[in-house]
Amino acid sequence: MAECIDLNLTVNGADHRVSVHPFARLLDVLREDLRLTGTKEGCGEGECGACTVLLNGQVVNSCLVPAVQVQGAEVVTVEGLAEGESLSSLQAAFLTHNGAQCGFCTPGMLLSATDLINRCPNPSDDQIRDGLAGNLCRCTGYAKILDAVHTAAADTRTAR
Amino acid sequence: MRGYLPDFDVRVPSSLGEALELMAHAPGAYTPLAGGTDLMVVYNAGRLKPTRFLDLSRLAELRGIEEDATSLRFGALTTFTDLRECRSVHQHFPNLVKSARATGALAIQNRGTLAGNIANASPAADTPPSLLAYGAELELVSPRGLRRVAYDQFHQGYKRMDLAADELLAWIIVPKPSGRGFHYFRKVGTRQAQAISKTCLAAYARLEEGCVADLRIGLGSVAPTPVRARNAEAALLGQPLAALPIEAAREALLADMSPIDDIRATAHYRSVVTRNLLGQMLRELASL
Repeated sequence: MAECIDLNLTVNGADHRVSVHPFARLLDVLREDLRLTGTKEGCGEGECGACTVLLNGQVVNSCLVPAVQVQGAEVVTVEGLAEGESLSSLQAAFLTHNGAQCGFCTPGMLLSATDLINRCPNPSDDQIRDGLAGNLCRCTGYAKILDAVHTAAADTRTAR
Repeated sequence: MRGYLPDFDVRVPSSLGEALELMAHAPGAYTPLAGGTDLMVVYNAGRLKPTRFLDLSRLAELRGIEEDATSLRFGALTTFTDLRECRSVHQHFPNLVKSARATGALAIQNRGTLAGNIANASPAADTPPSLLAYGAELELVSPRGLRRVAYDQFHQGYKRMDLAADELLAWIIVPKPSGRGFHYFRKVGTRQAQAISKTCLAAYARLEEGCVADLRIGLGSVAPTPVRARNAEAALLGQPLAALPIEAAREALLADMSPIDDIRATAHYRSVVTRNLLGQMLRELASL
């Protein structure tokens, strides 16, 4: 049996040190060790995107990332999007457009869309579909999510 | 139910030399781990036997894409996102860009690697048909030295490869096509993203004086391994674009496939649709 490792990582700007099994999933480190339960587990096989987080600035499925590979890494979860009580423009746009219904896919959607707007400030519908292709939603039919991302991208461009 | 954590161990070598030394001391004992996008799925499903992983993700030697006059050399850790973002890949190997875009979605593309896509040895992987079409070669490294294998000789049966227990797939070399070329890639899945292919066809043809001077066709999901469609290629080689023997080539393709029924498609579907892909590719080629 492998010894636990001392894992140092930065989550939403705060440094953490936890003792975990090297093959523990990043998803479980976040939810169980750091009690950041905004990140959800859906399928557990990289299909649904509910567990999406940013790892060193890239979207990943946190259910497919072993702890040993995030030593020293920077992670952003849905808890890191708002500033205090102030929602990010993307979160606000999801509220305005009813981009969430049951909400289970929403944390992953928000991370993928945040990444998309960072990479592509004025995305077309096709670019949004490509950016969110790994995030499944069984409630909304996606139209309202597309509307929310367009609004947030426009707000972000204005703010810049 | 996912795997039982204590059954798993991970070693993290800090150099390629250290990784090879570990493998040499215990040949076959380690399972190389890179992006984890295949292995972690099996682990999460509780179907991974107790394993000692060798985490390659920190080996700088295996990163990056090098270009010289005649080829591109991809480090084993090249991700699908790296392929999508590399200007030279777009310029010389558009099928590889399409393969990378067709693999999972962004979160998978950011983590999954080219060498992992090859060495996981799934017949349904999306880059192998393109690598076959472009005549890729693999460089395998061990303490005994470097060995180069033509990719179309690498897969020997379902999940069996020309890869010794102490060897790592380290680099993938793809020769740049020269002259007038034709590229075709199409994957058929249930949806555009996050789908595993029912069938996949990639082709590269070099054209000379209105004829097919060179042709390689790679197929996915229609045999125990990714395969070259050698019979279809033979039916087309040397033929004029103005009179391509499309029906004969479609017929010849039957001998290149041994499709099965599984959860994604029936053997019949795969046989019909793969021939249709070949027909579509040849009509595009004929209209050049």
